[in-house]
This record gives sequence, structure tokens and C-alpha cells, in this order.
Amino acid sequence: MGATALRNGPSPVPAPIDSIVEVRGISKTYGNVEALRGIDLDFPRGKLTSLLGPSGCGKTTLLKIIAGLIRADGGTVAINGKRVSAPGPERAFVFQDFALMPWATVTRNVAFGLELRGTNKAEREETARRYIAEVGLAGFEDKYPHELSGGMRQRVGLARALSVDADVLLLDEPFSAVDEQNRRKFQEDLIRLRTNQNKTFIFVTHSIEEAVYISDRIVLLSPRPGRVSQIIEPEIDRSGDPERIHRDRHYLDTVDEIWQGLKQYVE
Amino acid sequence: MAVSIRTDGEAASLAPLSNRSATGASWDQPILLRLVSIALFAGVWEVAGRIPVSFAFPTFSDTIIAFFGLLADGSLATAYLSTLQPLVLGVVLSAFLGVGLGTICGLWRTGEWLVIPVFIVLQAAPVAAFIPMVTFVYGIGMTAKTLAVMILALPVIVLNTYKAVRNVNGSLLVMCRSFMGTRWQTVSKIILPDASPVIFAGLRLGVAAGFVGVVLAELLITPTGIGDLITFHRSRADYAEMYATIASIIALSTLTLVFLQWVEVRVFRPESRGA
Repeated sequence: MGATALRNGPSPVPAPIDSIVEVRGISKTYGNVEALRGIDLDFPRGKLTSLLGPSGCGKTTLLKIIAGLIRADGGTVAINGKRVSAPGPERAFVFQDFALMPWATVTRNVAFGLELRGTNKAEREETARRYIAEVGLAGFEDKYPHELSGGMRQRVGLARALSVDADVLLLDEPFSAVDEQNRRKFQEDLIRLRTNQNKTFIFVTHSIEEAVYISDRIVLLSPRPGRVSQIIEPEIDRSGDPERIHRDRHYLDTVDEIWQGLKQYVE
Repeated sequence: MAVSIRTDGEAASLAPLSNRSATGASWDQPILLRLVSIALFAGVWEVAGRIPVSFAFPTFSDTIIAFFGLLADGSLATAYLSTLQPLVLGVVLSAFLGVGLGTICGLWRTGEWLVIPVFIVLQAAPVAAFIPMVTFVYGIGMTAKTLAVMILALPVIVLNTYKAVRNVNGSLLVMCRSFMGTRWQTVSKIILPDASPVIFAGLRLGVAAGFVGVVLAELLITPTGIGDLITFHRSRADYAEMYATIASIIALSTLTLVFLQWVEVRVFRPESRGA
């Protein structure tokens, strides 16, 4: 398999030395549709793990269960060794549809998580300004969401999640409502951001290229019922020019390999 | 007559001209258009009054003169002093009660089942028919007039608020939950601001209905205030004075609604300012 470490089968992966999120035996059924069955997963600290799979494989459901936004029918989620079943300060969510308040400025949207925690205005706006600059939106502090493009709106969503200083960032297909050019730029920025921020990212996507491009670890889910089918750790050097990754041989091989594996689920 | 028509024509033809020259200042245009619209209306009224459409239909200029006459002799001020008390009281009570009740019904199923059917019936009913009943129970004083305002204003405010709260943006609710917002924070920081455009639409309709209520009460219950002024001048065939009174309450109602819109944009939805 060359430089790609690949583990087969639905059996649980041996826990890495330091895993921040531990998912054990999670199952979820909607009516008579089994969305997830017996999911065991560990998410290593400080890494970006993608949940990848065709639609209907329950990847967003799994992410929302980890976030505490959906209740699982069975199994447990533990963050830093502590069981959780509701949203907590150690996790922050980035929404597919941005979920920005249209009546609030960029600054207030970014500071909203802190506003809910009762941080005083001066302090939270100071923090917000820092993260607005971090995601490349300096100068747009007083704009309203409708004045921004899709890509910029999602940057606001990301800055909001960063500003609460959570250990784990949960991103639910954050680029699916963003146009292709902006998505590329955003992915490059995300790679840069990861090296600065030292946070754990859990990223849901249906794009193989996107997953391979940004992830340390890719969890492939198979649909109906959603199960872990493969875990892939693409060993791609992301230290240099992010443009180069698209032409990296390991990158292209891994994309192809995942596609071969997923093909069977696509009608 | 011919003079006034020509003025209007000139004003109308001015509009596209200034439109072309002032493309940058988008605010100039609506104001000019509004003035043209008012001038056009006044012109048509003047013409209709001169034809005349009816012997009981005064011209615009006579009505304006009558209006200043009413202002000068103080009868308009006295009438408004008496009309505004039940009107303001009724509208303010309806606004707070209506938004409060509507919000509770939107958030709480049991409240919805208990309260909403009553207001749906009230909204469908020709509520003016209740006014004699209100008089029968509460007499002819301030209470009856305030109640008349409220039974007209309240249903639309409650129902709009209820619908707005019920149809709040679900993804914002999830967002608030994911950042650990409390129930109270969810209501005050997400639900009410998100619902405010529809709540304010309800408030505008409710305030307009409140004006209807107070005039109806003064025509039907007690001949006081504006209602009395209208009845009095009609009985004396002072049609210009009667129309001046009617026009003045329409103008007041309109100004109140414009003010309400201004408050909404200022306080609740700053992003729609200038949009």
C-alpha cells in the first residue's frame, strides 16, 4: 500500500496512546432505518479526523451524537475520559448551513458563544477580533452576514467555534455550501490553521479529495446501516506549499484507493 | 383647477429626471416619489371636490383650511386628548399582552391549545359586534373604550407572534444549544430577534386595528373625542371640518405605523437598514 497505512475490517482499531474522543458501541435508529450500528472509534488528540462516506452512511448523525445534539439509542461518547450526552465547553460545532444570526454583525456572531457564557463585552469582542483576523476576515467586523459570500460566512462560523477555545472542533460538511474556488482556498487555510491552533478536528465530508487533502486520519463509513468500514491514515507531508499536495503521488494514490473501496456503495 | 393639474404633471415628469442625475444617492428618490404621490393624491381630491362628486364632499383646499380652523379653536386638541387616552392605553396593553401571550403559546403546547383557538375565533368574528356588549357590561367610560381597542388589536398581535415564534429558524436553535445557551438565552437572543419581523407586522396591524376600535367606540359608545367631532360636524353639515377630522386620524395612524417600523429597524433588525 506504499506510504498509506491501511487497516481493514469493521473491528475496532486499537486505541491510540492519547485519544481525546472515545466512541463506544454507538447505535442510532430513525423509525425503521438503522442509521448507525455499533460504532467504536477513537479520535487522537491534536489530529484532524474525517468521517467520510456516501450519503446515508450516518456520518453527520455520528458527528451530532459526539456534539451532544442528537441522543444515541445505545453506546457512549467520552471526551477526555468523561462521558457526555449534551453539548459542553470542550466541543464547538461548525454548521453546514453556517447558522449565523442575520441580525448580528460578524463580531457579535463570532463572540456569540462567549456571550452565552457571560463573558463581558469588551473581553469577548477582543477575542472575536483576534479570531476574525485568524480566519482572514479582518476589516469585515461590522458587516452583516448577508453582506458576505458563502465562503466568508463559513469563516465566521469557524471563528465562532474557535473563539470559545474548545479542545475539539466538530465540522459538519462545512464547505458543502461554498463554491469550489472558495472551498480550495478555505481548505488551504484550514491546513495552516491546524498547525497554529493545536486542536482536535472532526470533519464530516462526502468529498474524497477533501478528506485526503486535509486529514491525518480518514474513517470510512459504509451505509445502511452505518458502520466503520476502513480507517486510513494518509501520510502526506503538509508542511510545504499546500498547492503541492494536489500533485503529491501519495495524495493521488490514496484518493484512488478510497474511491475503489467506496465504489460498491454507489448505485 | 387647471393650475393644480399642471403642477402635478410637472412634478411627475421631474421624477425620472432626478432619478437619472442622482443615481448615487438612493435616498433622494423615494422621498421625491413619496412627495409626488402625496401631491397627486391632493390634486385628484381637489378635482373631485370641484366637480363636485357629492355636495357632501369638500375640496382638498377647503379641508386643509378647516383643519387649521379646528387647530386654532382648540377643538381638535381637546378631542385628541380624550381619544388618545383609551387608544394609547389599549394599544400599549395589547402590544405587551399580545406579544407575551403569543410567545408563551409558541413555546408551550398546552398554552397553545388553551389560548390560540379563542384568538382564531376572535380574529374571524366581526368584533365590532361585541362593542355594544362591552358597553352593556362596562358602561360608557374609559374602560369600555380601552376594551374596544384591545378586542380589535389583540387577536392579530397574539396570532402573529405565535406563528413567528413557532416558525423560528431551527438551525439557529441548534446553534444556540451547541454553545450551551440556556432556555432563557434561547428565547431572548434567538427566538425573539428571529421572530421580530413577523411580530412587528402583527403589531402594525394591531395598532391600525386599535385606531379602528377607538373610533368605533366613540361613534357607538360615547360621543366623545374624535368620534364626537366627526358626528358633530356631520350633523351640522360642516363637511370640510368632518373630513379634516377623519383625515387627521388617518394621518396620525399612518405616522404611528411609520414610527413603529423605524423602531423595528433601529432596535431589532439593524441589518435591514438601508437594504
